[in-house]
Amino acid sequence: MPTFVYMTRCDGCGHCVDICPSDIMHIDTTYRRAYNIEPSMCWECYSCVKACPQHAIDVRGYADFAPLGHSVRVDRDEEKGVIAWRIKSRNGEIDLNLLAPITTKPWGTAIPQLKDVPAPTQEQRDSQQLYNEPKYIRMDDGDVHTLKSNGLEMKKGVTY
Amino acid sequence: MFASNPIADLATIIPLDVIQGYVILMFILVVGGTIFDMIHKKSAQYFFAKAKAAEASRTRELGAGDKIGIAASTVAVDMITSGEFCNPKRRVSHLFTMYGFILFLLTTIALVFAYPTQEAPGIVSQLWHLGAAMVMFGGYWFWFFIRVDVSAEGVPWHRIVKADLFILSLLGTTTFGLVWSILHSMGVAPWNTVFLALFIISATALFGGVYWSKFAHMFFKPAAAFNKRVIKADGSRENLPELGDLTDPELQKRFPDIPEYMGSNPPNMGLGIKREPPRHY
Repeated sequence: MPTFVYMTRCDGCGHCVDICPSDIMHIDTTYRRAYNIEPSMCWECYSCVKACPQHAIDVRGYADFAPLGHSVRVDRDEEKGVIAWRIKSRNGEIDLNLLAPITTKPWGTAIPQLKDVPAPTQEQRDSQQLYNEPKYIRMDDGDVHTLKSNGLEMKKGVTY
Repeated sequence: MFASNPIADLATIIPLDVIQGYVILMFILVVGGTIFDMIHKKSAQYFFAKAKAAEASRTRELGAGDKIGIAASTVAVDMITSGEFCNPKRRVSHLFTMYGFILFLLTTIALVFAYPTQEAPGIVSQLWHLGAAMVMFGGYWFWFFIRVDVSAEGVPWHRIVKADLFILSLLGTTTFGLVWSILHSMGVAPWNTVFLALFIISATALFGGVYWSKFAHMFFKPAAAFNKRVIKADGSRENLPELGDLTDPELQKRFPDIPEYMGSNPPNMGLGIKREPPRHY
């Protein structure tokens, strides 16, 4: 279900408007609070939910991980560098708390200094491959890693 | 100029009973408008329904002492210093507007009911003018630069929507009141009468338009701020997760990713996306 805003919590700061990748979070011209102008275009990325400093935006998660009537709420704390999730079922029997790091270094201290990296050669520029592609797809180890090279087989059907 | 009582001059052309009756009528309109606003928006009903639903998630019962403490911190942080605002400019502008309005309102009541003559203490009249000037400073700063329509949505300052009823009528009341007082003390006729009429029209729109404007925010915002603190104290937290202390060994045992990736004593990571104020166009 798309995002919705608790009007009593929202202070109209605009962080959600700034971060929404679909540009569908807007400030209401009457109440000057945020709202989702086009719910059918919301892909439930949770960006606005995490960015809201007032915890004023909520989303109902997908039914495949929480049944109807549940609540999925999130608290992204930048200063602590962690994100906490709480998934609670309608009757309260399941109350799952999760905590995970979102950064290991202070924000803004680990920006790649690309100007110090040697520029690509003419051969690399003319190549079909993207910048650093051989390195990042691990062709330097020998060749592209495949299921076969790792001794795995493709399973048919839905597997978990 | 600023030490003279504008209400005493007004009482020479309008009977004092009429002026006092007008102020009482405005008070009744504010009370009535707030009640109608509450019924229309179902805000009280919403708050009580939310509080009832949160009862099941409470982890501790709050005593009277706890609630008094929460009320005290709500008054000290959220009300007196406008602590809700993340944007410091918005907060300073709100403080000017809020304290200016309180000063303007209290001195108007004092001048109308206690000192309706020129023998009124000069300080009361000076505070009346100061209150109006404070509202104008905070209000015009907000109107031209800070409000989200202008600063974020990129619309011109002169585009007016229904949400502007409160701020415009407030600015109109204080601006026209101040200009009227100055023109009157300088004896500039008939402009003083024109500005007096504009002052009365704006004040009537401000106090009579509560149902359509955001005037009632001064009553329900403290209630919302109080509720926000209560849900943290009683553990219901509106189903939000609790972050806890990252250095706590018990927490690190439950979530081993924390010590593995961040160390046993994670540093303060500072601000990430919140380093930049939202500026969306």
